[in-house]
Amino acid sequence: MARRLLHIRDLHVRFDVYGGTLKVLNGVNLHLDEGEKVGLVGETGCGKTTTAKSILRILPMPPAKITGGEILLGKDDILKMGIRQLRELHSHGISMIFQDPTASLNPVFTIGDQLTDTIRYSTVEQKLTKRETKKRAVSALSDVSLPDPVRILENYPIQLSGGMRQRICIAMALASRSRLLIADEPTTSLDVTIQAQVLKLLGRLVEEKDTSTILITHSLGVVREWTQRVYVMYAGQMVETAPTKELFHSPFHPYTKGLMKAVPKLTGEGVALGISGRIPDYLNPPTGCRFHPRCPHVMDVCRKERPPYFVAGDTHEVACFLYREK
Amino acid sequence: MHFIKFLARRIGHSVFVILGLSILVFLIARVMPGDPARMALGPRAPEAVVQRFREELHLDKPIYVQYYYWLRGAVQGDFGMSLFTKRNVAHDVKEFLPATLELMVCTGIIFTVFGILLGVASARYANKWPDNVVRVFSYLGVCTPAYVFGILFLLLFGYVFNLLPTIGRLSPELEYPAHATGFITIDSIIAGDFRAFWDGLKHLIMPSVALALGPMAQEARITRSSMTENLQRDFIALERSQAIPERRIMTRYLMRISIIPTVSVLGLDFASQLGWAFLVELIFNWPGLSRYGINVMLHKDLNAIVAVIMIIGLVFLVVNIVVDIIVAGLDPRIRLGAERSK
Repeated sequence: MARRLLHIRDLHVRFDVYGGTLKVLNGVNLHLDEGEKVGLVGETGCGKTTTAKSILRILPMPPAKITGGEILLGKDDILKMGIRQLRELHSHGISMIFQDPTASLNPVFTIGDQLTDTIRYSTVEQKLTKRETKKRAVSALSDVSLPDPVRILENYPIQLSGGMRQRICIAMALASRSRLLIADEPTTSLDVTIQAQVLKLLGRLVEEKDTSTILITHSLGVVREWTQRVYVMYAGQMVETAPTKELFHSPFHPYTKGLMKAVPKLTGEGVALGISGRIPDYLNPPTGCRFHPRCPHVMDVCRKERPPYFVAGDTHEVACFLYREK
Repeated sequence: MHFIKFLARRIGHSVFVILGLSILVFLIARVMPGDPARMALGPRAPEAVVQRFREELHLDKPIYVQYYYWLRGAVQGDFGMSLFTKRNVAHDVKEFLPATLELMVCTGIIFTVFGILLGVASARYANKWPDNVVRVFSYLGVCTPAYVFGILFLLLFGYVFNLLPTIGRLSPELEYPAHATGFITIDSIIAGDFRAFWDGLKHLIMPSVALALGPMAQEARITRSSMTENLQRDFIALERSQAIPERRIMTRYLMRISIIPTVSVLGLDFASQLGWAFLVELIFNWPGLSRYGINVMLHKDLNAIVAVIMIIGLVFLVVNIVVDIIVAGLDPRIRLGAERSK
């Protein structure tokens, strides 16, 4: 059996904002074995990115605050790490690709400035010379199939296209040879034609290095193609997890079913059905199951109690009272 | 190469701005009610003399002819005669401008350094007590006019504690150092007269701090908000996720992008001092251009009014060009954006 790489238990994160406290993550559980590729899906605003940033301890604090739970990487709790361990974690442990490459590159520094710093601090112990660092930067850019890497190092982000910027972010994330890669909707902000290219590239690189991956997305097609297991997230909680094939074949949670229906099918009527209503207000989240105001099968118990996880197969778990008996 | 083009274009624009300003100011000064020749000579002067004086000043000619005469003189540095001091306006400006410039530079240094420092401290300790202290101070600073601070300082440090000199640029028992730049602090260093330097500096403290507090508060607020805003951006999260030390992120990556709005406002605040300084110059009896400007306005001294406003306009333009150059140097989006649009 593969070794457990990451284990998040009962993670709580809140945001203190003007007018109150947003309880954004409300007991998130997630785990991942070495070499595994896991998908994390859910609507915009359900806490996927917050979960990812919590794992790296890079949430902007304030306003964010981690109020409970643990994130184990191997045996170490990331939430208890000191500065030195954290630096170790960032340089070799986990790296992340952000959703919007325009926002995630510093606009007033050249690509070279930023990429060489990334390489320099992920290889501190090797004491590379400036020229070696630059050589690595060039080869990192060639690895992501960017033409004329030497010139790109001199460029500022605004001189490059969105696709090129995201390739640079991928190069940065992979430069540190991390054990775990978190890709947070890596293609959402790109043109459709570029999306496929970038995904293919990312897939190839991850495959080559056999990096464990958490892929955050709301494209179910990508999840199906890429991942072995899927977590479905709703309003700061995991509502269902299952092996990818099983989830697509027989989704249990009403929310998961809704998500599947929301995908427009080329052969179908062409109109997405979707789920009525919106993601709840985090200031005053619904009691009990957070999905109950939108759930077509809502029962009395859903309004009062939070559903625990019911096991529905070897690795299939669902947090819904409908499956209490099974 | 790009830089020279950029500079040439900016200066080219400025020439038109300054011409436009001169026409506007010239017109406004002429349509103001009252007869400058009569005011200069007094109510008892015979009408014939006043009439001759009007002709001497070309006041009897159409306004565009007057403007032509004025412009011809102005490009040669001759702004005509002051009706109030009865001296050449250029001579007056040369005498009063350095005092104000010295005050402005000193004020500018104070509010730049301390404004940014306070802003950074405020952002660093956001929502903790240092931040709250700075924020309260900022509100006070922004909403209190400089002359109120001036009067308070005068009472407190001038009379109650008697720590600092209250009027003028130099104590009467000291001699002015040889005139090189017109800045007492610099001239005294050139002359090697350190007593005069120290004395000049002491005279500068109260008026420049009084002037600096408002802009300093402004700078601190802008720096704080720009830093706290950028701190939540994804590129900071990305830099943190790549093991770049926090200190380096703060001093290098966060600083350069956050300082851009502050620099833009710095320039404006700096140039505005020239116009706003008059009450403070009045309180501290500072022989500067702002005070001179108000005096000549009260006397409807046409040539001097136009000259003072033109000087203020010119300083604004120069400062703005300098600010644009600095901002373009800091921000490639502006630099490259300008190149691309060409």
